[in-house]
Amino acid sequence: MLDVSGLDLHYGDAQALAGVSLHAQAREIVVIVGANGAGKSSLIRTIHGMHRPSAGRITFEGIDIAGQPSHQVVERGIGQVAEGRQVFPNLSVLENLEMGAAPRRARAQEKATLERVFGLFPRLAERRRQAAGTLSGGEQQMLAIGRCLMGQPKLIMLDEPSLGLSPAMTQEVFRVVRQLHADGLTILLVEQNVMASLKLANRAYVLENGRIVLSGTGPELLDNDGVRQAYLGL
Amino acid sequence: MSADPGQFVLTLLQAVAMGLLTGMVYGLMALGLSVIFGVMRVVNFAHGEMMVVGMYLAWLAFDRLGLDPLVSLPAVAAALFVFGYVLQRTVINPFIGLPEHMQFMLLLAVAILLVNACLAIFGPDTHGVQVDYMFDSFNVGPLVLDAVRVYAALVALLIAGLLWLFFTRTRSGKAIRAAADNHVGALVVGLDVKRLYALTFGVGAACVGAAGALMLLIVQVHPFLAIDYTLLAFVIVIVGGLGSMSGALAGGLLIGVSEAVAGVLLQPSLKSVFSFGLLILVLLLRPQGLLARRS
Repeated sequence: MLDVSGLDLHYGDAQALAGVSLHAQAREIVVIVGANGAGKSSLIRTIHGMHRPSAGRITFEGIDIAGQPSHQVVERGIGQVAEGRQVFPNLSVLENLEMGAAPRRARAQEKATLERVFGLFPRLAERRRQAAGTLSGGEQQMLAIGRCLMGQPKLIMLDEPSLGLSPAMTQEVFRVVRQLHADGLTILLVEQNVMASLKLANRAYVLENGRIVLSGTGPELLDNDGVRQAYLGL
Repeated sequence: MSADPGQFVLTLLQAVAMGLLTGMVYGLMALGLSVIFGVMRVVNFAHGEMMVVGMYLAWLAFDRLGLDPLVSLPAVAAALFVFGYVLQRTVINPFIGLPEHMQFMLLLAVAILLVNACLAIFGPDTHGVQVDYMFDSFNVGPLVLDAVRVYAALVALLIAGLLWLFFTRTRSGKAIRAAADNHVGALVVGLDVKRLYALTFGVGAACVGAAGALMLLIVQVHPFLAIDYTLLAFVIVIVGGLGSMSGALAGGLLIGVSEAVAGVLLQPSLKSVFSFGLLILVLLLRPQGLLARRS
């Protein structure tokens, strides 16, 4: 479904990604782990069209989307739940969700999708008139995921969705990710919660200093000594 | 100034009423500036120039076609919308996010081009319109209100209301607010931010174009009004609170009233003393502006 090969990204003279290649098959959960500054968010944002890569290919459903602007990438069916949630604080919960239906593709079933999102997150239905900035961190994360679903993505990229959340909320986020996967979505997950996310992973990659240094199935990486030392402290 | 205190109060009230009416048009003009700044953080230094272009377009419609500015207003606003949209898409967009002094130079250049184009085409003389209700007036209690000002104020209020509906009820309007609220968030959900910015500049330009058509009912146009209106729009927006729509309208009313009252208390040529005095007061006491959402 998604194929990234030889991806380079530069910020000015600084290289953020170097020859990154990864692959996600339809209905897989693919996990990317790595330290802060390893380039995880840069990778997600480059796939999403927010950064223009200096080299490499990003193929989604057989079409090269590298360098396309975000709104076209989203239109093709790639959704992002961004780091820091990135809700619209002064817009109501409902308006935030409406904005999620930005792709034309998603407009026809907007009402039905909204009901589905409210079914998944009843809290959002209760607070639909409230400004998004007044929600708790966990509720904002639900809103960010709900907003992404409003665009009816086929592939959903989640960038550190549990960051800054309570353990209970973190569990809730992982429950939702499993649910979305069960519903047939392909998931690309970037997480600092390495143990929990690798357990979910069909396929996983370790990113260090902008390079993929290790890849394999989730269980393989969980058993890898380097991963255990560096990310699990075992 | 009359020696009779009752007469003096009446004169003052009369000035306040006139100021409020003119202030609505000022408010609409400032609304355009505020919308543009609030969404893309670009200060439109060509705002007064665009106002004057709107005035000249309305004057042309009157002079060539005999159209009342209230009638030609939608066409004038539409023309300014297209101008603003194209200007943003072609010239201003590459400067978004660049240092402010570079944006300033660019928009100053646009301002100079516009004002000199007006000068080249229409010359330095003043032009005005004569509508048949020019000398009509409404009596409200002891006050006498010029019909032209009343109509101009009502239409300005109507347009502000339409703008509010646009921003709260339409998908494009909400998307513009979303892009203003969180630029990264807008990219994340897949809003076409460049198109929204162009739309915003178009809407802001349409506001000021409409304000220009209305203003032509009240004053005569000449190219050098432009710089005054740019300054006035800044004063209003800063007094009301940058990026706040209600602030722009309230600031417009306040400046309209202060100018009119200054005309009574001092003399009309000193009217700017009051508005700049107000600006200094606001900057000293409440630098975020009177109705700013956050400090």
